[in-house]
Amino acid sequence: MMEEDDFDPEKVKRFMFVNRKAPYGTVYALESLETVLISAAFDQDVSVVFVDDGVFQLKKSQDTKGINMKNFSPTFRALEGYDVEKLYVERESLEARGLSEDDLVVDVEILGSDELSKIMAAQDVVISN
Amino acid sequence: MKFGILVNEGPFTHQASDSAYQFAKAAIEKGHEVMRVFFYHDGVNNANKLSEPQSDDRNLVKLWSELAQEHNVDLVVCVAAALRRGIKDDVLAPGFRISGLGQLIEAGIVSDRLLVFGD
Repeated sequence: MMEEDDFDPEKVKRFMFVNRKAPYGTVYALESLETVLISAAFDQDVSVVFVDDGVFQLKKSQDTKGINMKNFSPTFRALEGYDVEKLYVERESLEARGLSEDDLVVDVEILGSDELSKIMAAQDVVISN
Repeated sequence: MKFGILVNEGPFTHQASDSAYQFAKAAIEKGHEVMRVFFYHDGVNNANKLSEPQSDDRNLVKLWSELAQEHNVDLVVCVAAALRRGIKDDVLAPGFRISGLGQLIEAGIVSDRLLVFGD
């Protein structure tokens, strides 16, 4: 049996979490954010991507009172405190929805799909929702 | 190769759990290792032993249990996602255990590939 790839706390992997879904309507966005927060405790190289309707997760001024759901968008602002600083938003997704960087609750890096796919290809683990 | 698997959907509405199971079974038959299957979102419903599909349908809960028993696959259900959906120790099928999301991240670190099965 090969043992060399067993758990090694020194080995850092590149983890990318890909958010594709709107923040409400399904539970994916909320539960995925929990995964990102837990991953921060493992000292890995973590990045979070927002594409498709996932870009709505970062929209400023979300008011969820009318639908009786928890507005979890402030949690994205806490990610920096967990050393999760690589937040990527796909430019095409943002533009297709009439949004710009000013509409978002956190500072992000806006990348075209070509550039984003290169970064994605360089990851060790991609967890998409 | 050492695989970790993430299952994000329940056993009947979506085919994701079936695909995950078929992949795990095929990988093991080819001599690979499946070190863990982690169940998240509605995927936690894969662990519900009260699930009773019709007799001419596949019983995925039972198939997972058999896979765990025969090949020592670690079937882990996320505690937070499970509690939300009423999945507790009382209804856990054989071979499943309830633990935290850290088990998913660890699977990503330890395995050569982490595969996501979802919608």
